[in-house]
Formats: sequence, C-alpha cells, structure tokens
Amino acid sequence: MEKGGFRVDPVTIDTTKIKTEKKEPETALEKLEDTGLISTLLAARERKGLVLLTTIDQVFNWARLSSLWPVTSGLACCAIEMMAVAMAHHDIARFGMEIFRASPRQADLMFVAGTVTKRMAPRVKLLYEMMAEPKWVISVGSCANTGGPYHESYCVLKGVDNIIPVDVYIPGCPPRPEAWLYGVIQLREKIKNEGYGAKWGLNK
Amino acid sequence: METEQLLLNMGPVHPSTHGVLRFKLRMDGEIIRDCQVVMGYLHRGTEKLGEMKTYLQFVPYTDRLDYIAAMPNNYAYVKAVEELAGIEVPERAEFIRVLCMELNRVVNHLVFLGSLLLDLGASTPIMYGFREREKALQLFEMLCGARMTFNYIKPGGVREDLPEGFIPKLNEFMKDMEKRVDDYEQLINGNEIFLLRMKNIGVISAEEAVNYGMTGPSLRGSGVKYDIRRLEPYSIYPDLDFKVCSYPEGDSYARYMVRIDEMRESLHILRQVADNMPPGKAATTQRYGIAPETGIPSSVMSYFPRIFTPPPGEVYSRIEAPKGELGFYVVSDGTTKPYRIKIRSPSFCNLVAIPSMIVGLKIPDLIAAFGTIDVVLGDVDR
Repeated sequence: MEKGGFRVDPVTIDTTKIKTEKKEPETALEKLEDTGLISTLLAARERKGLVLLTTIDQVFNWARLSSLWPVTSGLACCAIEMMAVAMAHHDIARFGMEIFRASPRQADLMFVAGTVTKRMAPRVKLLYEMMAEPKWVISVGSCANTGGPYHESYCVLKGVDNIIPVDVYIPGCPPRPEAWLYGVIQLREKIKNEGYGAKWGLNK
Repeated sequence: METEQLLLNMGPVHPSTHGVLRFKLRMDGEIIRDCQVVMGYLHRGTEKLGEMKTYLQFVPYTDRLDYIAAMPNNYAYVKAVEELAGIEVPERAEFIRVLCMELNRVVNHLVFLGSLLLDLGASTPIMYGFREREKALQLFEMLCGARMTFNYIKPGGVREDLPEGFIPKLNEFMKDMEKRVDDYEQLINGNEIFLLRMKNIGVISAEEAVNYGMTGPSLRGSGVKYDIRRLEPYSIYPDLDFKVCSYPEGDSYARYMVRIDEMRESLHILRQVADNMPPGKAATTQRYGIAPETGIPSSVMSYFPRIFTPPPGEVYSRIEAPKGELGFYVVSDGTTKPYRIKIRSPSFCNLVAIPSMIVGLKIPDLIAAFGTIDVVLGDVDR
C-alpha cells in the first residue's frame, strides 16, 4: 500500500512468540520485556514501519513523571534538606528532577518546604497559581502538613492544604532525604496511574 | 542624562535571597539608589511559644531558629537556663558541647561557601560543600539521630554520651576536611571572575559595622576582632588554643576569607577537644528542684527532672554562634514556664547593614554582598 511515498503497513504480532512461559519478572530488563513493548518495537522494525502501540495515558504520564521540574521555593528548614536532596549524595537527578526552576512558569511541581506563615500564604498561593497545568504539589515537613511544632503559633498556617491542593504529604521535621525521595516516588506512582485529563476531571 | 527611577521588587520567592526575604530596590538604570529590607515572611512566633512551653520543651524550638547550625542555638538557650537555675555541668558534657558546636560551625561555613558560590553563578562548589556536610551530618546522626534539628544539648549536660567509635570517625572527618579546605582555596580564591565580583564590593567600615550592631565573621571581615569566645569566655574556650580570624578590608572578599580561615580554626579546636576528652558523665548528677526519688535506672538524664522551676530572676547569656553573637534573654517568675524569652539573633542584626553596603552598586553586587553576610531567615524572623 503506497501512499505518497510513505509505506503504511499493518502490524500483526504473534503473541505466542513473545511470551513463551509466564515467569515473574525480576530484573529491570525482564520487567521491560514483560510489558511486551520491546517485542512490539522489534516486530515493527522488521517490517520497516514506524509503529508504536501504546495508550495516550501511558505516554503522557511517562513523559510527565520522568521530568518533573520543581520550582525553587524554599520557605524554612526543609529547604536546606531540599538542597541536600538535590546534591550529589542523594541525587534527585536520578528522577529527572535536578533542574530547580526559579520561575514557576517553567515548573511542574512545587515542594512546599517549610513553615507557611500567614504572611507568606498569599505568596505561596500565587506561586501555585502561576504554574502551568498540569501541576503537582508535595507538602514537605510537619509545618507544611499541619503546622507542626508551630501549630499553636498565632501567625502560622495550620497546613498548606488550607490554601492549595496537595498530592503527597511527607512527614518529618525536617524529613530525611530518604523520606523525601520516597515521597517523590509516591508522586510518580500517582502520576503513572492518572487518566488523561484527570487533572481537569475529564476521565478518571 | 536624566532617567526615571524604577521601584524593583526582589523576593520573597527568589533563589538568591536564601529563603523568604524581600528587597525593595529603587533603581536608577542598573544602579541601586535605595534599598529597603522587608522581612517577617518567616515570623513563626517562637518567642511567644516559649512562654507556653516548659524550659525543657523550648529546646527543640531553638533548633529551628538558625537551622543550618542548630547546636549553638541549643547551647545558647541551655546556657541561659543553666545560669538562671544554677545547674552544674560536668566537664565531659562541656567538651562534648564544644565539639558539637565547632563541628556545626564547619557545617555552617560549608553551606555558606556553597550557596554563596551558587549565587555568584558557580554551580560546582555547592556540590563539594554538601559532600563534606553530608559526612559531618553522619557524625551528628551518630550522636543524636537527627541531621539538622538536633535537640541534643539539654540543661545539665547532653542527651546521650558519645557513642562508641565516634572519636575515630571524627578524626577521619577532620583529616579529610583539612585537605578539603585547601582544595576550596585552590579552586575558588584565584578565580578572576570571583575576585572581580568580591573585591571592593559591599564595603563597610569598621565603625559603621559596629554602629549597625554587626557581629561574627561579618564584623571580623571589617577588621574588628570581636569574638565572644575570647572576650567573654564560656564553657571550655579559655583553655583552648585558637586565633580570632579577621581581615581589615571590610569587603565581600574579606568576609568570605574570614569564614574559610574559621573552618581551619574550628578543625584545630575540634582536634584539641577530641584529643583531650575527659572521662566522666555526660550529664549532671546534681539533684535539682523536685528530684525524682523514684529509683529510675541511671540513664544520663534521669537525675534531672523534666519539669523544674528556676528561682525568679532574669539572665542574658550570649555565645559566638557561626553567624555572630547569639543571645538569649530569659526571665523566670518562679513557675515551670519562662515568663519571657527574647532572642538576639545574629542574622537579624547583620542584615540591617545591607542597604549601606550596596547603595551605588548593581544588583549582582547585592547578591554577592548579601551572600557574604550569611543570613538564615529562620534566624532573622524567628
């Protein structure tokens, strides 16, 4: 079937050849093979066609979770741990997140790292609103979660979820970098299972 | 040529303001004509909370003032309470306290070094700074299990004695660190861009700095040898050999160099403390106030009650924190809670000198001068 010089060929995959026996995947490579993606691509390559079979959800979510760019907005103590997470020892670059953007316009993710005082709350909200969709928020530390040790204080917000929606809460005062990375992994899991347009309430 | 002056807002969310600080700048083209520091975005009401907590409960809040170097905060408050209540501290506890504080001074200056250079546009030194900081934090973790907010120093001593194998690990760290400081100097000090951005930038004279109430390395960068560890010695500092580092120029580079030298001095102090660590108990055995006659087994703090009532009175106690003079003014009315706590924080007093340093310069110079003041916003706003 020739169509304007571009050859379109339907792909048929013999599924019996791809998986001969059901074995629990262990290594990362085995897991990847288990998805059937590699075999599909190889089959497509044999027929010299550019065919990729997947769902929009998977592709979009994969792209989104693989390069979450956080906005640089340290509020208090937890911001120092945010720096520690970004540095070589804990290396958040493993998650494609090392690029902390100074501008919220270029960021997908906001770490609310530290005490949100009543004076700072409107600014935090503005910062969140300036970020482009889709966007996520991780509330880091007891102060941002509930007010923490400053719960009784006259000038501290009792949890940042009073002003902006929060996806993941990380407890600790401040959380260890390991806890921080665990929270990031939880957010990635959450994004992985999102339906297309879930942020707009279209398809859950 | 006549130009219009522009009011420029910098912060409170800005990567170079080290947190939530805001500058209101009046700009004439690129030149800063006027600068106003707007603070209070991190005001958490720590002093008021102190009135609601017992003396021991307030110690964790001091961790969160200057969160890069929390041990000196712990100590400054605890020292005030001990003076107020007349609590004796064993010698070993004092040694451990000084050890913690000097180690924390090294950590603070490492973070200072990294973040200053990051603000100036060099992204590698912060990696080095945090690499060494991570090693120091492992030592703190051995001591008290926490990385940043320690709550380790308590009235009457420290919470736990040194764990097994701490001193060898500390020696290892110091041996490594001494080489690293030389490395930093080699990497950074000769860099021409760095020198151009630091030398003769943000100059403040000794007289002006004293009038503003600047303390710590920022003041010593102006040539004033003001160090509480020498002038009003506390703890075991009279017995220790160290020199007060100071540079006469008063510019950003001098303030930077003071901190590099202080890292070496702190390591020198650490070595003396580690070598001469006396045996004994790490917390007081003095029975104070309502002593627990309950026969609780001898954990180090069991002699010392959690709730105690110092006699009515007031005390101001100050120490040399990594950022400057840190003072706690504690008033007791004879109950279990302090009547009033006032914190004299070094960052706040140093910060107000910024406008006089940078008027007539450009915004990048503001970043350089502000970086060398080494401000932590938790300490400024409290």
